[in-house]
Amino acid sequence: MIDVIMPQMGESIVEGTLTKWLKKPGESVERDEPLFEISTDKVDTEIPSPVAGTLGEILVQEGTTVGINTVVGRINDGAGAPAAAAPPAAPPPVAKAAAPAPAAPTPAAPVPVTVEPAAMAEETAGPLSPLVRKMARENGIDLSQVRGTGAGGRITKQDLEAHIDGRSAAPAQAAPQQAPAQPAYVAPPPPPPAPQAVVQQAPPAAQQAPPPPRTQAVAPVQEQAHFRGEAPAARVEPMSVMRQKIAEHMVFSKRTSAHVTTVHKVDMTRIAKMRDRVKGEFQARHGFSLTFLPFVMRATTAALQAYPLLNSSIDGTNIIYHRDINLGMAVALENGLIVPVIRNADEKNVVGLQRSIADLASRARSRQLRPDEVQAGTFSITNFGSFGSVFATPVINQPQVAILGVGTVEKVPVVLDDAIAIRSVCYLALTFDHRLIDGALGDQFTQKVKSILENWSEEVL
Amino acid sequence: MQCTGKPSMPEVVTAAPLCELRDLGSMRYADAFGLQQQFVERRKHGEIADQLLIVEHPHVVTMGRNGHDENLLCAPELLNRAGIEFHRTDRGGDVTYHGPGQIVGYPIFDLREWKRDVVAYVRALEQVLIDALAEFGIPAGREAGATGVWTAEGKIAAIGVHISRWVTSHGFALNVATDLSYFRYIVPCGLTKPVTSMQALGCQADRDQVVAAVARSFARVFDREMEKI
Repeated sequence: MIDVIMPQMGESIVEGTLTKWLKKPGESVERDEPLFEISTDKVDTEIPSPVAGTLGEILVQEGTTVGINTVVGRINDGAGAPAAAAPPAAPPPVAKAAAPAPAAPTPAAPVPVTVEPAAMAEETAGPLSPLVRKMARENGIDLSQVRGTGAGGRITKQDLEAHIDGRSAAPAQAAPQQAPAQPAYVAPPPPPPAPQAVVQQAPPAAQQAPPPPRTQAVAPVQEQAHFRGEAPAARVEPMSVMRQKIAEHMVFSKRTSAHVTTVHKVDMTRIAKMRDRVKGEFQARHGFSLTFLPFVMRATTAALQAYPLLNSSIDGTNIIYHRDINLGMAVALENGLIVPVIRNADEKNVVGLQRSIADLASRARSRQLRPDEVQAGTFSITNFGSFGSVFATPVINQPQVAILGVGTVEKVPVVLDDAIAIRSVCYLALTFDHRLIDGALGDQFTQKVKSILENWSEEVL
Repeated sequence: MQCTGKPSMPEVVTAAPLCELRDLGSMRYADAFGLQQQFVERRKHGEIADQLLIVEHPHVVTMGRNGHDENLLCAPELLNRAGIEFHRTDRGGDVTYHGPGQIVGYPIFDLREWKRDVVAYVRALEQVLIDALAEFGIPAGREAGATGVWTAEGKIAAIGVHISRWVTSHGFALNVATDLSYFRYIVPCGLTKPVTSMQALGCQADRDQVVAAVARSFARVFDREMEKI
């Protein structure tokens, strides 16, 4: 069996993502025939097989990022030698023979290969810093026994320290020990066949027990199997482009605008009653159901007409007042969100708005939106109430200057004319850019929306 | 933004390895891909020198091997209806758009004769474009973790590379006068850092001037002598 390793595709490269196996276990492969593909920083590379043979086993699954020189699979080259075979005469650069036993290899009983600490390290998740390697060597630690808490399960200096402390302190269970601020995941000490790793958290007032002398014994080899059976502490997955864009945009927005959120309570009873009265016929007539959202949108467009600064953008030291009112509405997708835009929303009545909402939301989810349908928004609405949120503090959709969040509508007891009544109430949260909009204006705007909703007069059917 | 095609650098006679420059003009994506593969095979066998293929594609959206379908904002059928081809391809990176007004470069390079370093190769491609843009007075640079070339106004060039036995294919796409609205098919607008072009930055340089600047810059960064075929 010949080990196939993750090749080093350049001096600076310490890891690669195995993206695709081009052969299945048991399939034959020619020497130099592409065997698998790796991805590093927008470069996809086909890796040819170092030898002819059959792919014996796959040790690194597709989508996994591993350090260079990690054994990713094994090829049965027909030589038939047991595990500790001697390396082939001149191993090609991408292949490494099965780790030779340190002493003269005697092809006797198929003893598990003795792996030197450095090689063990490669079996841990992710690359290791030189410091961690050095510490492990100096303290005689088998790194496969250490749970990494760094990115992708990498072992950090803190993990190693926690492991060292844990190893020596664990036998005396009672002794509280010094632990890092983060919870450390420490593998059990060698002797007891403990079922799983134990989680040790820092007690609130941890006593600083003097670190006991560090043991020098190397963990017995059979302990490795123990660790390998466990699931890794973390999983690394690249962000989708959409997720990256959302991340960029959110941080960009927070950095750009001076976010302030004001929350107003709105009595929706009048609209709730009207909706209850007409929703059956509305559904029958139009083929989609009537929600609270088009009412809020209608009130919002009227308020935007009254306070056009909320429908503007900042350009350097200029204010751009938009002629059109184009309402963006945040739509949650399975793995992200998108904000399609209802153009000239002020020209639509409740039916027209509800129709646009239903249409845009459904096409956003099936990814059928046209590019111009996600452009040129001048103000956004987010309806987190549909997920049960009472109120939230939304992030402004740049380059707009405000966003209105609609909380869930629920019946609550309220005091009306010194009597307790049951009313349908919701919270409207307006996040505005304080660079341009002062608190008074933000509140006037929201009060306008509230007043229109509470005194609703338009028929919807 | 100022825009001056600087006079070309005086040619220095060197013993640098040869790189053949082929400007293929407008060519459909599939045809250019087939051509690339032929050149890759011949380069692997040492039959030809390093190549720099320059091409312009009709509207096409391509998805890299590790691309995610959710980054395509509309169904492939809808793209076709809008006159945009759709291809899945074997380069690195996610989804991207090519179209008229864009200079697409496909270097067919044997990295064994360069640095044997795929990341250094990508960084060098970025440098080629950064230097070429500088000739037109456009300041551009890199962004950590986001391969490609960036200006203050947004991403101006994309990079995605495939390597087989150290021979490169695919490459870069530089927006010269691209109609940027086409990018809206692939990234959610309003959530994206903008894409930009030389034209959007006020530079009126024509395609040939930019190709020449890219070729000059390419020769400098990779230490190759360019020969136009």
